[in-house]
Amino acid sequence: MSAASGAASGGAKPSSSRAKPANKAEAAADWADGRLGIYSLAKSNLRKIFPDHWSFMLGEICLYTFIIIILTGVYLTLFFKPSMGEVVYHGSYMPLNGIRMSEAYASTLDISFDVRGGLLIRQIHHWAAILFVAAMLVHMMRVFFTGAFRKPREINWIFGAMLLILGMFDGFMGYSLPDDLLSGTGIRFMEGAVLAVPIVGTYLQMFLFGGQFPGDDIIPRLFTVHVLLIPGIMLGLLVAHLILVFYHKHTQFAGPGRTEKNVVGMPLMPVYMAKAGGFFFLVFGVTSVVSAIATVNPIWAYGPYRPDQVSTDAQPDWYMGFSEGLIRLMPGWEIRAWGHTLNLGVFIPLMIFPLVLVAIWVYPFIEAWVTGDKREHHIADRPRNAPVRTSFGAAWISLYLVLLVAGGNDLFATHFHMSINSITWTMRIAFFVVPVLTFIVTKRICMGLQRRDRDKVLHGRESGIIKRLPHGEFIEVHEPLSPAQLHKLTAHDQLRPVELPAAVDENGVKRKITRSQKLRAKLSRGYFGEEGQIAKPTAEEYREITSGHGHH
Amino acid sequence: MKKLSARRRHPLAALVVLLFALAATGGLYAAFAPAGTAQADSSSQSLAIEEGKKLYAVGCSSCHGLNGQGGTDGPSLVGVGSAAVDFQVGTGRMPAQQPGAQVPAKKNIYSQAQIDQLAAYVASFGPGPVAPTKDQYDTAKGDVSAGGELFRTNCAQCHNFAGKGGALTHGKYAPALDNTSPKHIYEAMQTGPQNMPAFPDSVMPEKQKRDIVAFVRHTAEAPSPGGMDLGSLGPVTEGLFGWIFGLGALIAVAIWVAAHTSKAKKS
Repeated sequence: MSAASGAASGGAKPSSSRAKPANKAEAAADWADGRLGIYSLAKSNLRKIFPDHWSFMLGEICLYTFIIIILTGVYLTLFFKPSMGEVVYHGSYMPLNGIRMSEAYASTLDISFDVRGGLLIRQIHHWAAILFVAAMLVHMMRVFFTGAFRKPREINWIFGAMLLILGMFDGFMGYSLPDDLLSGTGIRFMEGAVLAVPIVGTYLQMFLFGGQFPGDDIIPRLFTVHVLLIPGIMLGLLVAHLILVFYHKHTQFAGPGRTEKNVVGMPLMPVYMAKAGGFFFLVFGVTSVVSAIATVNPIWAYGPYRPDQVSTDAQPDWYMGFSEGLIRLMPGWEIRAWGHTLNLGVFIPLMIFPLVLVAIWVYPFIEAWVTGDKREHHIADRPRNAPVRTSFGAAWISLYLVLLVAGGNDLFATHFHMSINSITWTMRIAFFVVPVLTFIVTKRICMGLQRRDRDKVLHGRESGIIKRLPHGEFIEVHEPLSPAQLHKLTAHDQLRPVELPAAVDENGVKRKITRSQKLRAKLSRGYFGEEGQIAKPTAEEYREITSGHGHH
Repeated sequence: MKKLSARRRHPLAALVVLLFALAATGGLYAAFAPAGTAQADSSSQSLAIEEGKKLYAVGCSSCHGLNGQGGTDGPSLVGVGSAAVDFQVGTGRMPAQQPGAQVPAKKNIYSQAQIDQLAAYVASFGPGPVAPTKDQYDTAKGDVSAGGELFRTNCAQCHNFAGKGGALTHGKYAPALDNTSPKHIYEAMQTGPQNMPAFPDSVMPEKQKRDIVAFVRHTAEAPSPGGMDLGSLGPVTEGLFGWIFGLGALIAVAIWVAAHTSKAKKS
């Protein structure tokens, strides 16, 4: 470090005191180092090691789609007019000729049909947004199922969670801007949700819309939030997220030579620079191909928004789909008293909506409390070795999917020739039952896989080759695993359940055991008791089995 | 072959075999499954009868009564008019195959001449909407953009913004309009079949109906400017496509990139 700072200050000294730069590039680098200190930065970061695994690139997909969204979004702002002023359309899309519409909608039609490359850019922007949130969710699931949220990465988990929810809402605002029939219906939905808030709902609505729905304020306001406020916050969070990834170093899966204290992989420069740079162009390419072959949000087909019109198939983009599902599942309950209405049919889903997300986001902290684990973890778990966590994640995904199906119940009804009422009732029951079943089933699968791992370690892999021994017995030949495979299957450590302190302390005084201690002990038994994990083979067991007795 | 044989004990071999078996089963089923259309035996009998009343007695009277008075299985046909008969029989909905949430459109087994005879007979029960003339549903004379506005106000809430259909309660549905002829669209508006409300001329003048017909046909026939329209079903199919093909492709690319590491030798 001191050597690096010495070099940095050396740049300010008379040039005679140091060797002449060999070429222009070096001279430029020296110039920059004298002002920015890039040598020390580069020294500590360019040789940063990243482990190789495809699932570690999911976060990169998020980053690159975000960059694509910003690039295309800037282009769109050059032509989009965020105004609800009324105009009569006389552009080149004939089926809307002579129709009254807002300037926002008219300018989006112009982008789609009259601006060069406008439709492609619009579709890249929208498809990239769909992929961005999808990639964030999958990235989050990867982190969740491998336990990569454990110390020291809890704060980065929260940053990621904030990025996900901001991405969702920015997407919602983005597709609300064109003021087409579908997006107007979405804004109407939002207005209904705001109105359902008890006591302050009507005030909030007036404040948001600057008067009665739809007014002419909402689109300019959403525009500012969509292009400036939220992307700004997201950019900041993104940088913080990446800095923390650098600071913590990346997690890696267990393997020979990989420990909690090292990272095995390739250096950032040149290998990962090349890989990541190439991957950016691949992501951009895939997104562009998707955008070139498939329509997204055909606003010209929806028509301009008018509060007296609505179309069926009025769903939000997929990442808001689970809120649609909550609303469609909920019976339309209302309480009317003292001249006021409490709209539980909307208010209860509105309250459950954040809980669905919070449930998965607080899990790391619950797990940390139950395990009491204060160690740093840099080796990623195999999901089967953390059955309770894996089952919880699977149950959460199943709940999310139930809500997505409920949100698209009309399409399931028409395309599978079913009654929409039966689907809704099935999903109401599934909302409570399916996550529980998924939890139980996933846990059993994890335990089964752990047993299988144990079996593989002790007896080798079933090769499928049947051998007949000289005395007539048939056996299946088991191939022993390689040391690398053995290491992979046995590298995880297994905690013991926490015990409650003895009922009386050393002085014979009855000890007060709090309810939270009891709960924690109970949960810990569920995690690490006999029902929660299969003891992995010990070295003694392995030696005994493999010490020449043949099979079994 | 030797390469294949050497890999038959591979841990993933079972999975590959399973996939092949599934593909083979599905493929064979698709190849040999009986065709979806069934031949109606009664057609030969009804084809032989020339006059509407006789056609009616054979095809309709068991539910609608011998004199069109209706019964427990079918409504009265007094005053439904020739437009209703032309729509219901012309789209194959009537005679109905079976009772249910809704009578679906199916292959029409009557010739237009027979339908006209039936329509004339049913129209004689009492005055009702008359089947339209060609000029009334001429799409070339309709105004597409005005029709679009009318469609979004009156039709899109059930039939979807692009006429792709939608769900109603308890298994009922608004059908897709892609393959509905201009005449049948017009007649449906006149008569309000099944769960659809009627739009008589007093509510929606002839010209507006013609505009709507023009819009529906234009929407069904015009190419999609943005590429594949994914069924024009809104964000649900877009999300499905994005997840499966968009994110699926990106993850496949990620796996490919990760598999090409700069190791000196393959492990």
